[in-house]
Amino acid sequence: MDFDFSVVQDALPSLMAGTWVTIKITFWGLFGGVLLGAITGVIRAYIPSLFCAETIRRNPIAGILGPLLSLLAQLYVLVVRGTPIVVQVMFIYFALPLLMDVRVDGMSAAIATLIINSGAYIAEIVRGALQSVPKGLFEAGQSMGLSFHRILLKIIWPVAFRRMIPALGNQCIISLKDSSLFIVIGVAELTRQGQEIMAANFRAVEIWGAVAVIYLILNGLIALALKIMEHRMRNV
Amino acid sequence: MSMVTFEHVVKKFGDNTILNDISLSIEKGEVVVVVGPSGSGKSTFLRCINALETIQEGDIRVGELSVRGTQAEVRELRREAGMVFQQFNLFPQLTALENVMFGPLESRGVSKQQARTEAIALLDKVGLAERMNHYPSELSGGQQQRVAIARSLAVRPLLMLFDEPTSALDPELRHEVLKVMKDLAEEGMTMVVVTHEMDFARKVGSRLLFIDDGKIAHDGKPAELLSSPPSQRLKDFLQHVV
Repeated sequence: MDFDFSVVQDALPSLMAGTWVTIKITFWGLFGGVLLGAITGVIRAYIPSLFCAETIRRNPIAGILGPLLSLLAQLYVLVVRGTPIVVQVMFIYFALPLLMDVRVDGMSAAIATLIINSGAYIAEIVRGALQSVPKGLFEAGQSMGLSFHRILLKIIWPVAFRRMIPALGNQCIISLKDSSLFIVIGVAELTRQGQEIMAANFRAVEIWGAVAVIYLILNGLIALALKIMEHRMRNV
Repeated sequence: MSMVTFEHVVKKFGDNTILNDISLSIEKGEVVVVVGPSGSGKSTFLRCINALETIQEGDIRVGELSVRGTQAEVRELRREAGMVFQQFNLFPQLTALENVMFGPLESRGVSKQQARTEAIALLDKVGLAERMNHYPSELSGGQQQRVAIARSLAVRPLLMLFDEPTSALDPELRHEVLKVMKDLAEEGMTMVVVTHEMDFARKVGSRLLFIDDGKIAHDGKPAELLSSPPSQRLKDFLQHVV
C-alpha cells in the first residue's frame, strides 16, 4: 500500500484538537499529581506510622494524627498502585455517580484519575529522594536553630528535587501515555480522535503513524525540558 | 552562670545506656577536649548539648536555656551552640558564601547586605575569601570544613561544638582546620571538641574529659592527664591513639 500524506493533512485539525485535550489532561493531571505526591511523600518520609505512647503523652494531637495520616498515605499508595488505571477511571466515571450524588464529566474524570494515579507514584519518588538526602544536612539545619519546615523547604527539598528529576521525568512520560487509556470513557483526547478518524476512512497506517509521531514529539519535549532542568541544577 | 551545665544526665538508646548520670559544668572561655574509646559515648555527649539527641533523665542547660524546654527554646539554644560535623554537611546547592550567609538570613533574621558583609569577613578569617563563589563539591575536604566553621560562627553562637572535625580529612589537610580552631580558642571562644588529635588537646585544650563506658572517667588539665595518666584505662587508650 502507499502512504498518502493528504490523509494526514485532512485529519490534522481533529488530531490537533485531540492533542490539545491530551496536553490539558496531562498538564493538570501532573500538576495535581506533583502536589498530591509531594505532600504524600513528605508524610511517608517523615511521619512514622507507629503509634508511640511517649509521643501521644507529650502531644496527643500530633501523636494520634501523625500516624493516622501516615497510614492513610500508605493505604492510598497501596490501592492506586494495586489497581489498573483503566479500572480507576471507569470507577470514577461510572461508579462514583452511583455511589454519591455527583455528576462527573469525562474531562474532569480523566484529570482526577491522572492526579490520583500519578500522585501515588510521585509520592514514592518523593519519599525515596527525601530519604536519600544525607541526614547530616538536616542536622546542620537543626543545629542552626531552624524549624522543621524551614529545614525541609530550604535545605532538604532543593537537594531532593534534583535527585527526583530522572524518576519524575519518567513519570511525566508514563502519565502522558496513560492518558490515551481515557479512550474508554470517551474523552476526545489524541488516541480517541485517531480512532474516530480511522473508523471513518480506514487509513490505519497514516492515522496511527501520525498519532504515534505526535506522542513522540510531546514526550521528546518533556525529555528535553527535563534535560535542561537537570543541566541547570548540576551543582546540587 | 556556667555556659553549659549537665545535671545527672542519662541518655539511653533503647535499653542501652550511653551516658550514665553525668554532671558537670563548662565555663565561658574553656576549651574542653573530649576523648574516649569508640562507642564510649563522646559524640552522644556532644550531641546532647544542642539537643540533636534527646536525654531520658536529668537536664542540660546552655546559659539559661534547657534542652528539655519548648521547641522554641530548643531552637534558641541551638543558635547559641554552633556545631561542626565530621562530615562537614555543607549545603551542596549553595556556594561557600551562600552557605555562610544561610544561618544569619534564615535563623537570625539579618538583612541580606549585612549577612553578606559578615560572611565575607568570616570566610576571610578562615582563609577562603577568594573561594567564596565555589560550590562545596569544588572544594577540598579541609576547605569544606573551614567553610563549615565559618557557617557556624555566622549564627554568632556563644559556644562551638566540634564533632570529630578532622576525622574525615587526609592528614595533610588536618592542620589547616586545626589552625582555624586554635585561632578561635585564642580569641576566647568557648569550645567543646570531640577529637582524636592529642596534640591539639595538649596545646590548645584547657580541660580534658576522658569518657569511658558512659561516665566521665577523668576530668582535668590536658598536660597532666596526658603526661601521667592516672589510670591504666587511660594509659591503654593513649597508647592506641598515638
